[in-house]
Amino acid sequence: MSLLELDGLTIRYGDTDVVRDLSFGVDNGESVGLVGESGSGKTQTALAILGLLPANATVAGSIRIDGTELLGASEKALNSVRARHVAMVFQDPMQALNPFTQIGQQVGRILIQHKLASAAEARARVIRMFERVGLPDPARQFHAYPHQLSGGMRQRAMIASALIAEPKLLIADEPTTALDVTVQAQILELLADIRRDTALLLITHDLGIVAGHCERMLILADGRLIERGATREVFARPQHEHTARLLAAAPRLDRTDIPTGPRGDTVLAISGAEVIYADRGQESLQAVRGVDLTVRSGETVAIVGESGSGKSSLVRAALGLVPMHAGRVVFCGTALAGRVQHRKKAVRRGLQLVFQDPAGSLNPQMRVASIVAEPLVVHEPAVDAETRQERVIAMLEKVGLGTDYVHRYPHELSGGQAQRVAIARALILRPKVLVCDEAVAALDGTVREQILALLREVQAEAALAIIFITHDLSVVRAISHRVLVMYLGSLVELADNAELFANARHPYTQALLQAVPVPDPEHAGGKAILAGEVPSALRPPDGCAFHPRCPFARDICSAERPPPRKIDGATVACHFAEDLSGA
Amino acid sequence: MLRYALLRLLGAIPTLLLVIVLAFLMVHAAPGGPFDAERALPAEIEANIAAAYHLDEPLYQQFVRYLKGLVQGDLGPSYRYRDHTVSELIATAFPLSLKLGAMAMLLALIVGVAAGSLAALRRNTLSDRVLMMLAMTGISIPVFVIAPVLVLFLAVRLQWLPAGWSGNEGAARFLLPVIALALPQIAYIARLTRASMIDVLASDFVRTARAQGLGTAAIVRYHALKPAMLPVLSYLGPAIAAILTGSVVVEEIFGIPGLGQFFVRGALNRDYTLVLGIVIFYATLVVLLNLVVDILYGAIDPRIRRR
Repeated sequence: MSLLELDGLTIRYGDTDVVRDLSFGVDNGESVGLVGESGSGKTQTALAILGLLPANATVAGSIRIDGTELLGASEKALNSVRARHVAMVFQDPMQALNPFTQIGQQVGRILIQHKLASAAEARARVIRMFERVGLPDPARQFHAYPHQLSGGMRQRAMIASALIAEPKLLIADEPTTALDVTVQAQILELLADIRRDTALLLITHDLGIVAGHCERMLILADGRLIERGATREVFARPQHEHTARLLAAAPRLDRTDIPTGPRGDTVLAISGAEVIYADRGQESLQAVRGVDLTVRSGETVAIVGESGSGKSSLVRAALGLVPMHAGRVVFCGTALAGRVQHRKKAVRRGLQLVFQDPAGSLNPQMRVASIVAEPLVVHEPAVDAETRQERVIAMLEKVGLGTDYVHRYPHELSGGQAQRVAIARALILRPKVLVCDEAVAALDGTVREQILALLREVQAEAALAIIFITHDLSVVRAISHRVLVMYLGSLVELADNAELFANARHPYTQALLQAVPVPDPEHAGGKAILAGEVPSALRPPDGCAFHPRCPFARDICSAERPPPRKIDGATVACHFAEDLSGA
Repeated sequence: MLRYALLRLLGAIPTLLLVIVLAFLMVHAAPGGPFDAERALPAEIEANIAAAYHLDEPLYQQFVRYLKGLVQGDLGPSYRYRDHTVSELIATAFPLSLKLGAMAMLLALIVGVAAGSLAALRRNTLSDRVLMMLAMTGISIPVFVIAPVLVLFLAVRLQWLPAGWSGNEGAARFLLPVIALALPQIAYIARLTRASMIDVLASDFVRTARAQGLGTAAIVRYHALKPAMLPVLSYLGPAIAAILTGSVVVEEIFGIPGLGQFFVRGALNRDYTLVLGIVIFYATLVVLLNLVVDILYGAIDPRIRRR
């Protein structure tokens, strides 16, 4: 008998089945990955196991834990199973932890509720558990509120809350999706180390995570189980074509079809950019600390970094959307005014933007045709309605949307289609530079591939310069000619795509590359090289901002800020770049 | 914290000044004066009285004189209650009004929060609908209608409670006025609590608590109640103002000798200093209580707590 047995589980909302006839088991102590794209029903399945589906969901089939049926069980019976037999780690610990209560109280409440400990014992056990999950100074952190912790520390507290009652099965639903990649590696290692004989059902869209952390895997598509097997087997010989497609679209750092298109003259040059946010009078936050960057026509420059790296601030300052404290922006040979409202219309149309959230960046009350036509109305008012309409349709066709989409509203589009509309809106003015701010971060793997291919296509046609801001190194690999790596507002490394991935010179770049999970069970990546997390930009470390986390740091690193230096065509800001190359 | 409170109080000075100017102008703009009697007085006596109270001076001079007194904490003499200063009258009448208002506020909070939470937990059931219908009724009917209706049924017909103030003793005589004062607030707080409780119960951290095996009672007590109270807390400022206004009407209806009654009498008698004094007193009270509410906000929500 398995620990967890699902038999013919079907979850329905109204007339729509989100999960259909799903059967699988999880044995004591094993780790199973539940994989699928958004909308495949993986989270619904997890919520069903814990009896947490909303009241309007109809559930049929059977869910058994240690042979006890959970479907149709009373709330009281379910409450005795929750936490003690099955516990859950949710995706976003900022939302999933109560912001009004000290984390120690929240975790201790579980023990008291299940009558596993008195208040005093609970406190001692919580502190011991906090120590196990790597919360520093656990007795003090007991009294911390969630907002006082970093993202990684919050997720450690969440894991402590899931393990405190020693469950037999731990369900982790995208436990690292809200975290930076170096922190993700730490959390996944922690989960693997700490669970001991607790079985793990790991829900994720990231095949790299499954390859590194799961013995078996289940693949869901449209609410159906389409493939299952040992992880190595599935990766080596996928049976279902959808699985093969998912594997092909999995983010990889070793792809060879990287952009090599011809590059022209410099269209945008940023030099000495400094961005300081100085609200609240007393504390000022230096988001960008003296960064130079040039972009040539036909070239894609990726800017990559973890949260707080200043990658978005740098580009927003160049666009004139936030004030630049110092530095210059030169566009096609002319120096630009600091704020966008002081710039000439002709300049503004030359720089266009695509945002992260495709649905949120389109006006929900406008039809696709008007959304795409709007820039034309503003910048080319002389164009008559008929010509405008023709250009809109031509542009929509170029981004892969037919005339069917002209009259749709944004909510009638999928994420990928909405992002195509956003790209059409940005390109209709034939800009020289397109800025994509995490433009594929909200999209599933297969759709992400399509959008990246589209961007490469339009670039080749119009010699477009693209600045692509992302936290995802697989996207960097796929889209860029050159890469700027940033850390706490500073340039860390600037190099050609091929050079950076083959021969990273800065220890931070190296650690970043190592931390990315590799979708290959034989060569698992996702190594946690770096301890700790990105320090607050309010109080950046002296000297090299990276030195407190750097495994190679010497005395000079805490004293002197390393200036960016040219080494074999790359630019690196590290005192020991020559010694560390290829380390 | 102290610094914050002081800054807030300093920031309230322009508000209070504006209230004083407006109240001063409005009181003096009202037709008639404090010493108009049914029987006209001889002109020279009238002039003497006016001179004694400086009513013969230009308005701006009167205002400056009044402000000078105010800065020294002197609200001036009452024009109608001879031998009493306005400060004395407020000191005599306010404790009763405070008692009445505090009891109404407390009742409104307890019943409103309980009813709102219950409605949220039983969302879309019969009890939810009935509670919310009652709440809607409570908001729609003004105090001056509710109070006489309560008296008619509970005091006159059923004879459960005493109808008036004078001639009755003990705590029972507080019941009807407090209920009349609290009812609209109960209704509003119940609706607020229901809406915010429904929001909080749908939040991710409540789902986490359910996943941890906490029962409904524990979830409400340890996870949902505090955050659900935030909108209610921000409503307390307006609620206090509404209860102050309501007490003017209720005290008049039940014949309670509180500050509200003095205020009404003062206004009818053109007792300039008394009306002004009570307006300034109430305005200061509202400013102070709003400050208390804001400080309480920080006590509940750790994210906005000040260092």
